[in-house]
Amino acid sequence: MDDNLTIMAESITFEVFRYKPDESSEPSLQKYKIPWQKDWVILDALNYIKDNIDGTLSYRWSCRMGVCGSCGMMVNGKPVLTCATFLKKFLPGPIRIEPLENFPVIRDLVIEMSDFLDKLKSVKPWVIRDEQDLVEEEYVQTPDQLADYKQYSMCINCMLCYSACPVVALEPDFVGPAAIALAQRYNMDNRDQGNKERMEVLNADTGIWNCTFVGDCSVVCPENVDPAGAIQRYKVESASHWWKNLLLPWGKG
Amino acid sequence: MEKFVVALGKRLINRVMTDAGKSIRRTYKKKMPILWWAQRSSYLHFIIRELTSLAVVYFVIILLFLLRAISQSEPAYIEFMAMLRSPAIMLLNIIALFGLIFHSITWFNLAPKAMVIKVGKHRVPGVLIALANFAGWLVISILIGWFLL
Amino acid sequence: MSQTSYECDVLIIGAGGAGLRAAISVAEKDPNLKIGVISKVYPMRSHTVSAEGGAAAVIKDNDSLDDHAYDTISGGDWLCDQDAVEIFVREAPKEMIRLEHWGCPWSRQEDGKVAVRPFGGMKKQRTWYAADKTGFHMLHALFQTSMKYSSVQRYDEWFVTSLLVDEGRCQGAVAVEIATGKIAAIKARSVIICSGGAGKVFPFTTNANIKTGDGIALAYRAGVPLKDMEFVQYHPTGLPFTGILITEASRAEGGYLLNKDGYRYLQDYDLGKPEPKPVLRSMELGPRDRLSQAFVKEAEKGRTLEGPYGNYVHLDLRHLGKKIINEKIPFVRELCMKYENIDPIKEMIPVRPVVHYMMGGIDTDINGATPLSGLFAAGECACVSINGANRLGSNSLTELLVFGARAGENAAKFAANQNGLSSKLDALYLDEVQRLNEQFLHKTGGTENIAEIRKTMHKIMDEGAGIYRTNESLIKSQNDIVELKERFKHIKISDNSSTFNTELIATLELSCLLDIAESIIQSGLHRKESRGSHQRSDFAERDDSQYLSHSLAYKRENDIPEIKYKPVVITRWPPGERVYGR
Repeated sequence: MDDNLTIMAESITFEVFRYKPDESSEPSLQKYKIPWQKDWVILDALNYIKDNIDGTLSYRWSCRMGVCGSCGMMVNGKPVLTCATFLKKFLPGPIRIEPLENFPVIRDLVIEMSDFLDKLKSVKPWVIRDEQDLVEEEYVQTPDQLADYKQYSMCINCMLCYSACPVVALEPDFVGPAAIALAQRYNMDNRDQGNKERMEVLNADTGIWNCTFVGDCSVVCPENVDPAGAIQRYKVESASHWWKNLLLPWGKG
Repeated sequence: MEKFVVALGKRLINRVMTDAGKSIRRTYKKKMPILWWAQRSSYLHFIIRELTSLAVVYFVIILLFLLRAISQSEPAYIEFMAMLRSPAIMLLNIIALFGLIFHSITWFNLAPKAMVIKVGKHRVPGVLIALANFAGWLVISILIGWFLL
Repeated sequence: MSQTSYECDVLIIGAGGAGLRAAISVAEKDPNLKIGVISKVYPMRSHTVSAEGGAAAVIKDNDSLDDHAYDTISGGDWLCDQDAVEIFVREAPKEMIRLEHWGCPWSRQEDGKVAVRPFGGMKKQRTWYAADKTGFHMLHALFQTSMKYSSVQRYDEWFVTSLLVDEGRCQGAVAVEIATGKIAAIKARSVIICSGGAGKVFPFTTNANIKTGDGIALAYRAGVPLKDMEFVQYHPTGLPFTGILITEASRAEGGYLLNKDGYRYLQDYDLGKPEPKPVLRSMELGPRDRLSQAFVKEAEKGRTLEGPYGNYVHLDLRHLGKKIINEKIPFVRELCMKYENIDPIKEMIPVRPVVHYMMGGIDTDINGATPLSGLFAAGECACVSINGANRLGSNSLTELLVFGARAGENAAKFAANQNGLSSKLDALYLDEVQRLNEQFLHKTGGTENIAEIRKTMHKIMDEGAGIYRTNESLIKSQNDIVELKERFKHIKISDNSSTFNTELIATLELSCLLDIAESIIQSGLHRKESRGSHQRSDFAERDDSQYLSHSLAYKRENDIPEIKYKPVVITRWPPGERVYGR
């Protein structure tokens, strides 16, 4: 059944969000009819439009294999990596392409992401150690210790989770799923000793406590990082830490 | 010759400055609709889940009023129980009960996300954690039921 | 009024593995130096992110620096500068440990020490790996670590269009801020180019869209020679149509390459005897150039399979089993399932040779310095040369660290010794603005379509400068490219916006690619021998008497590049026979 459908299609219509601030302060939706190719992903279609129909369409892309995180866009209302999303999923079309939600749009499908970079930096995503003891050798880290944080190290910074999260839309200062998952990646790495240093940012109102566990971030994540899980785990840790400090103030803290 | 070059340079700088000035960054920000939560089934599910906490509040209030009625005279208690049996309150109770069940199920299903338990080397699968919570719920409900009935 | 002049002490062009390592190197060496890191994409998008297999460095007791050096030199068919290789293998373990301290999640042995795996052309196991997403983890570890240093100022999504050179010294660059179209001068006391290779000059490549050799062209146009440009590496296992890389690690873990008869054909090409388990430096673990050449020969004999996107062979991983595939090469499985609808646990993967890496690049010495004072380079864009005529897999990720660090240190030293910048830089900047306006930004008319020119360039390079080249194919390519460059002058830019104009950037990139294409063809034409990845059907043997030298391509205005030679540095390993499987 599916095969018949793919053979019969000859073209498919794309409705693409356009925003050219030099010309107009209002965006529009432009229609393009492109030839149907069964092995194409959305990105292939966008490249076809740019090369053959409309050279003025602007969008970001690079690796085309789902690892650089450049090509996130809204396709029919869902945030996806356009290099990893196949056309055949959307037959017979039309397919609507819009820039990632919850970010200001610079031009067409290109969003402003400098805020995101600032949020990543705010959680101090580097190894923090009190003593720089070893120089000549590696720190010991067993496969189990690696498995503890491995999942959170897989984030490709594609920002699909920020598009899926309603809190990011309602509270723009929310540090966000990817940043918190990245903080947890270091918190759970046995080589890092920086939990205390990251606490202030994570415990702030704009940190983990902004999260209401909608859970969509983990659903849209293409790398199974599960940022929602990372955030909830930190909530438990933070709460127990607070109780410990309250009841046993003389403890290790 | 030099003066000419400098003058030309000044003109080019102006051109560049105007060019730069012309392309001020005007980003477009979509406004969030008031009914944002109705636009996605996952958001609707989330809002309903959060609203069911009101069902908890409702039952707590009923419980407090019940305690108050018990501590007062017998007629007050009988009056209170009669009010509880009225159709309107029955309906409200049924709705609230469904809300409470929904609340509890979603809560236990999310529990594994916040608790990662390891037995030796292996992570206990999330399903088991959720099931353990449900089992606990069942056991406690049976115990309470047995005491009361 | 927008700022159009910036200044720093060290300007680094490119924020991938080499660029970020260089930035950290400068920041640690001298925290008082202002560092500018400019990149046309955000750093975590750099192509380092796609590297999969691993990074080589000697750490096991049964291994030695000399072994690593010999493997590298013989792998490079003796075109490697041996003084550079000796430094490389010596610095490699230190750099890798440093990266581990910075948080890179290397895969581990049971005892918690770093694990290593076998890799192509290596006699011992010395390839460190982070599952099969090594480049991704290295890049993110470097990027996140670089955020620590307040002396690093990033210029994200700025495209460098030319270098500022005066009095024989490189003193910065002119760049376009992509989001606004603003053109600015960034003056600096020293400049390091770390902008990657130029695989996009060919049609079928593992490379990302951004690999357009912009930095290589910058140096080339500033008069710096490009070394060994004829040496282009074809990786033996890319997926058909997309060209997505299937890492060498899949062969290191034990994968077989089979022709249409299910036969392990590499045994017919002097690469050893087929054994059930992988044997180092043999069969599927031979060097990449020999494996890709074997494919071409098999195709000529009609023993490859025909597909809708060209001919291919099979990579068989089924005998590895679910556990090994999911633990050691999970990304390979993911890519096959997504892009080929194939589960490598149960089916064979269609693969074919694909352009992957440029051994050649900007001529640098062992300190990362180019012949142009104040200009340094490191990474794939540079040619030191440690890779010679063919790079061994897992040497380039380590190269980013070793030479990124060295170039950073030396650029820092150079910058600290500079008193001032030339007063002519502003005038040079204005010249560049005028050139950009005339040739690109305010260009009107134009009849040629960008995509057409790009496609034509691809056809020229694929037909004339592929795995096997001849005098005729190269001369034809040369003539075609000259004609194409003329056509390029009439290119039509339909997007005249200044806000995030990607068509403009694509045009600037295409102009870089055309220059690079010409240097590849000319260098190939002049080298009348076959060595490593440069194979001439008309000169099939290696000729050490005439060509134990690096080619140097110098740009000439309105003329084909001039090719000179400089001898390879030989220290302790005199040229010998390149033997695999015996």
